[in-house]
Amino acid sequence: MASVETRLKVPSAAKKGEIVQIKTLASHPMVSGQTKDSNGKPIPRDIINTFTCSYNGKQVFKMMLEPAISANPFIAFPLRADQTGTLDFVWVDDNGAVYKDSAQITVT
Amino acid sequence: MRLFVAALIAGLVLSLASLVWSQPDPSVAKHTAGDKKSGYVYAEPQTRAIQDDDFTNPGFLWIDKGRTLWTRVDGTMGKSCAACHGADAVELKGVAAHYPKYDAKLGKLIDIEQRINLERTDKMGAPAFAWESEDLLAMTAFVKLQSRGMPVDVATGGPAHPFWLKGKQYYETRRGQLDMACAQCHVQNGNRKLRTETLSQGQTNGFPTYRLSWETLGSVQRRFRECNSQIRAEPEPYGSDDYIALELYVASRGQGLPVESPSVRK
Amino acid sequence: MRLSPSRSRLSRRRALALGAGAALALAAGFKPRAALATPDDVKKWLAGIGPGSPQGGKVTIGAPEIAENGNTVPITITVDSPMTEANYVKTIWMAADGNPAPGVARFDLTPANGEAHVEFRIRLAQTENVIAVAQLSDGSLWTASRPVKVTIGGCGG
Repeated sequence: MASVETRLKVPSAAKKGEIVQIKTLASHPMVSGQTKDSNGKPIPRDIINTFTCSYNGKQVFKMMLEPAISANPFIAFPLRADQTGTLDFVWVDDNGAVYKDSAQITVT
Repeated sequence: MRLFVAALIAGLVLSLASLVWSQPDPSVAKHTAGDKKSGYVYAEPQTRAIQDDDFTNPGFLWIDKGRTLWTRVDGTMGKSCAACHGADAVELKGVAAHYPKYDAKLGKLIDIEQRINLERTDKMGAPAFAWESEDLLAMTAFVKLQSRGMPVDVATGGPAHPFWLKGKQYYETRRGQLDMACAQCHVQNGNRKLRTETLSQGQTNGFPTYRLSWETLGSVQRRFRECNSQIRAEPEPYGSDDYIALELYVASRGQGLPVESPSVRK
Repeated sequence: MRLSPSRSRLSRRRALALGAGAALALAAGFKPRAALATPDDVKKWLAGIGPGSPQGGKVTIGAPEIAENGNTVPITITVDSPMTEANYVKTIWMAADGNPAPGVARFDLTPANGEAHVEFRIRLAQTENVIAVAQLSDGSLWTASRPVKVTIGGCGG
């Protein structure tokens, strides 16, 4: 896809201490650098290499991705709901482009 | 006498065993219609799980895009799709399940992609989306999603009949260096193994599909072109008369199967 | 989406796949292909993680027995840990020993995760082992390994 689109599955509300599952999806071809074009020339690597999640400004999860991660990376991880606030998600690719998304969670 | 009893018991055990093994898997019942089986039935459980969850299904990245395109004003008439068809596309429920369809004004069979483009050029004054472009895939997926779960219901008689016959003829004609016809894999050898793969019935109720081997969403014609290449036949250009007719014939083979777009397949 | 490790569905299929896997391994030896990681590469990758040899235990890998397609293989990694400030999983690494390069991913977790569990999708070039290594807050290393069969589709697909 020309532009990277992101999807988030974050529960909008949770009880304090409850562990919720965060699911994310980003559209990106994750060109591994192993494929060749129609002239036989290797297509250079172009992947999302870093993903982070911050909870009210504090980083809670980070993933470093290699070319062995499938296209349209799906990343899911648990999070203990501690306080109401914002979850910020950041994807960075090999060209330094930064893609952001965020979600709100209300904790009672 | 003892030997006879032993043989009888062995026979009973074997027939009972085969009865248990041939029980239809209840988890795929929704994806069959009589003898007809969706590609879903042939997929591994993990692949099915990816399709079953609207979040994990990567096809929904295109649905999101389709939703955005739906409300975007485009073309000389200053309209969006939503302007005529409603903001939530509810009006389109069930429409895609009847495609490909004979269009009386044009006097020919058209598929859902062509219908989308006709709406753009005729009603919006907007340029048609290119075949297999991200925009067309997104819009097709979005439109077909409105028919998800509904049975494929294409008309094969009346004015559509000559096109259906043409599609049937294509399906049954040998072609390519391997000199094979669609019917040979999908009808004569359906459910048998080709290396480790079980040949499916070649149903199209799930297109556009997120094919794991493509790592992207693709249309049914992309698959036709790939099938052609795989038997070393020259793929036809997108939108060829043969492919539109073939789409109708293959859709009719899956009449009654639920629309599963956007599906996930290998 | 939690994967259940190893579901036995049709034993016939498994037998066929095993045979195909073996045949594939044999055939692979005769075909020219892109350079793949050697056992030395995997050792180097493991050494790069840090001092100490990982022990077996605590780590569970969820993966399909037979990958539908090597392009997209759903993986889960779970590490048995209370995930408290005093005792949590700091980092999880994953490698695949038959890919062009062994490294697959690295996860940095915090006690805020509540559980040590990640889900993602990887590419596997061939039938090979996926290896997970977890480092706890006390510095100890734990590991698990799991084979995943990657078969060739009937029509080269």
